[in-house]
Amino acid sequence: MKTIVGLEIHVQLSTATKLFCGCSTDYRDDEPNTHCCPVCLGLPGALPRLNRRAVDYGLKVAKALDMKVLEESEFARKNYFYPDLPKAYQITQYDKPLAVEGTVEIEDDEGHEKIVRITRVHLEEDPGRLVHVAGGSKYSLVDYNRSGIPLLEIVTEPDMRSPQEARRFLNKLRTVLEYLGVFDGEREGGLRVDANISLEGSERVEVKNISSYKGVEKALTFEVTRQKNLLRRGQKVTRETRHFMEGRGITTSSRSKEEEHDYRYFPEPDLRPLRVADRVAAIDLPELPTARKNRFMAQYGISLNHARTLTGDPKLADFYERVASADPVLAATWVADTLLGELNYRDMGIAAVPAERIVELLALLRTETITDTVGVQVLREMLDACAAGKPCEPPAVIVEREGLARATGDEFAQVVEKVVAANPQAVEDYRAGKKGALNFLVGQVMKETRGRADPRELGKIVSGYIDTGGV
Amino acid sequence: MAGTLEFSPDDRYNAFITTCSTAPFTDGALAGTAVAIKDNISTAGIQTTCGSKILEGYVPPYDAYVVELLRKAGAAIVGKTNMDEFGMGTTTETSAFGPTQNPADLSRVPGGSSGGSAAAVAAGLVPMALGTDTGGSIRCPAAFCGIAGLKPTYGRVSRYGLIAYANSLEQIGPMARTVEDVSRLMSVIARYDPRDSTMLDRPYDHQPSAEIKGLRVGIPEEYFGEGVDPRVGETVRDAIGVLEGLGAETVPVSIPGMRHALAAYYVICTSEASSNLARFDGVRYGPAVDTRKSWHEAYQDLRLELFGAEVRRRIMLGTFALSAGYAGRYYAKAQVARRNIHQDFERAFREADVIAGPTMPTTAFRLGEKSDPLSMYLSDILTVPANLAGIPAISVPCGRVDGLPVGLQIMGRQFEDERVVDTAYAYEQEVRA
Ligand SMILES: [Zn+2]
Repeated sequence: MKTIVGLEIHVQLSTATKLFCGCSTDYRDDEPNTHCCPVCLGLPGALPRLNRRAVDYGLKVAKALDMKVLEESEFARKNYFYPDLPKAYQITQYDKPLAVEGTVEIEDDEGHEKIVRITRVHLEEDPGRLVHVAGGSKYSLVDYNRSGIPLLEIVTEPDMRSPQEARRFLNKLRTVLEYLGVFDGEREGGLRVDANISLEGSERVEVKNISSYKGVEKALTFEVTRQKNLLRRGQKVTRETRHFMEGRGITTSSRSKEEEHDYRYFPEPDLRPLRVADRVAAIDLPELPTARKNRFMAQYGISLNHARTLTGDPKLADFYERVASADPVLAATWVADTLLGELNYRDMGIAAVPAERIVELLALLRTETITDTVGVQVLREMLDACAAGKPCEPPAVIVEREGLARATGDEFAQVVEKVVAANPQAVEDYRAGKKGALNFLVGQVMKETRGRADPRELGKIVSGYIDTGGV
Repeated sequence: MAGTLEFSPDDRYNAFITTCSTAPFTDGALAGTAVAIKDNISTAGIQTTCGSKILEGYVPPYDAYVVELLRKAGAAIVGKTNMDEFGMGTTTETSAFGPTQNPADLSRVPGGSSGGSAAAVAAGLVPMALGTDTGGSIRCPAAFCGIAGLKPTYGRVSRYGLIAYANSLEQIGPMARTVEDVSRLMSVIARYDPRDSTMLDRPYDHQPSAEIKGLRVGIPEEYFGEGVDPRVGETVRDAIGVLEGLGAETVPVSIPGMRHALAAYYVICTSEASSNLARFDGVRYGPAVDTRKSWHEAYQDLRLELFGAEVRRRIMLGTFALSAGYAGRYYAKAQVARRNIHQDFERAFREADVIAGPTMPTTAFRLGEKSDPLSMYLSDILTVPANLAGIPAISVPCGRVDGLPVGLQIMGRQFEDERVVDTAYAYEQEVRA
């Protein structure tokens, strides 16, 4: 049974000011209702004035997704009552959006490239936010700081075939938006998704209220299971809107009247039609993820997997390019595999890592001054210092202070001798041809020398010692 | 020159909703001149109600751009004038603060919706006032009260701070006893404001000139046809004769789209109004909602209680006209009719430089006379075309019928407010002399 998924994504554009007034968009962590003016509070008589920057951001996205920008697009009013909507209508775009017909390239579940078609993108204003007071209070509070934040709504065709594909699409889209510098993925609530999902031949269900990347995959996975179970039991899937409960990972039917709304769209009489198609040609796009990935493979000779990981976040890709010069392949392994893992473990961002320290670390590894094992130790020590807000010492200083320089054969002949003497059984097994025995002995030596020797080199030394009776 | 104006008018006509007993003023072109403001134009620190209970006690935190300009020009803002609730009326009787009387005849309405402004000027309480005109709301009361009033070209005066009734139709405009004062006030308020995206940067800086020799005055048959009181038509024809005497020539023109003008107008204005007035929910300003009720119930009860019957009627009409399944038949059709009228005027203005006719089909109604909404709507027939076309139109007093003032309406091409003013000025100078 084929799964069919289409998405509607709302992203907050990272302009400095709101879509129709001069209020700052940097409201997070601020007191409620402190980023407001007559316009975004919808005071009687106030008029919207379109933020040109937000339009430019929208055009950038349209160009990056290879879309057709309409000669004339238009703002419209979407009328509905809700306490977080100060004018009782949202200024959005309806039958004349900013741009139509684009594409995004992702990998399907088999790892092949595939195209997800973009139906349209349009600009609209974010409503305010209701704050429900804890403790079962009978009222809600309204915070209009968010009111008027520019949103770009991106609508896809139903081209995704699994929850995993949907997730990959979102990751790719996010990467593109971040490359364009129009979206800050770290802003809480900066992305909201409504997903349409159906099993081939069945009714379509819309899942609303998904506010994270992981949530999309979770919500859709839940829906696939739920809908398959219904069909298995001989029941039908009802066409409906469901809400995703992020905390419980389930969707619930929303029977509210809200869904039966007639929004009575009509052209916004306070704004003129938008004729901006002629601005597209002048837009300089930065290098986008796919192009950068291909360049990384060609220029640095790194693997597809490394290139994909490194270009998945523009900040990470920039970081890699700052540390790659001496040995790009070594740098790719360390940044994409080791560093990224350590950062995730610590919940740190790449921005917190001083690139010059990583350049120094890579130099120590490249010159074989330290082993990989010690390299990881030193990296962890540096990251712990960064995370704790302490100065990040140069790796050479750490190596020197803690005596972690790579041990040479001579230096640990004694250790080998001691380990061999202490483990006669393992030596016996080795001689009998058991592979694991050598690994055990090498491990023992590694332990004694705190990783300062290269395991492969050590293997030769240990076997040589046993075979010949001397180091 | 700066100072404070004491203002304690004998407001026996109920022209004002709010008066300011002391009004500060500064230096400038209007230094110390008392100016009354229609109560749908936001004034920082002065209650602004739109003639509605739903905004009672609302004190805007900001000035409309026109008010800002007036203050800078030295005008003393002396009060807020009565009006039909949210501008929805032709008599000022739908005001929640009681009707205004016509100073020319106390048993008559002053016209509307800017009836308070017109009455305040006609009674001599202020030399000039601001009104707003969505479908005739400046010109109708000007005609009924015997003063001059200009509806500017759409996009010439900033609507920033004007509490919207029908955004695509309305403009703020000057009202005064003389065309000269109308022009003076226009020079102050017609300044470009980037906050109103529907504006063009075409400031008005004009000294009226009475020289109209060779001016081609279009006479549309539709303005003298059925429904127009023949005595009013005759008075206006006499006035046009005065213009001819000054060297103007008359040419017949036609606005066939007028047939659908009223229907189109009422669909558009009620549609926009249904959306504009949705924000009055008692959450942020005005009388507060009952928080013990669920929010939608609280909204519903508050709006039922505090909006007047005419406002509720127009909200419902507009909601219907925009609703799914009907929008194509009403809202979209009205836009077509609007374009047709616009084209009719463009065609007419190839033959004529201005178009003249009566402002209103009759003289002022008796208070309470227009109890049937439809007959009230019909009386807007001669004023709404200018709003649909976005063109400037002035009403200037041109005589009386049964002792009641009659207005001569002069319409012009878009952004030719100056020519419209000059024509009215020429007439006024001639009959005054
Ligand atoms: Zn604002």
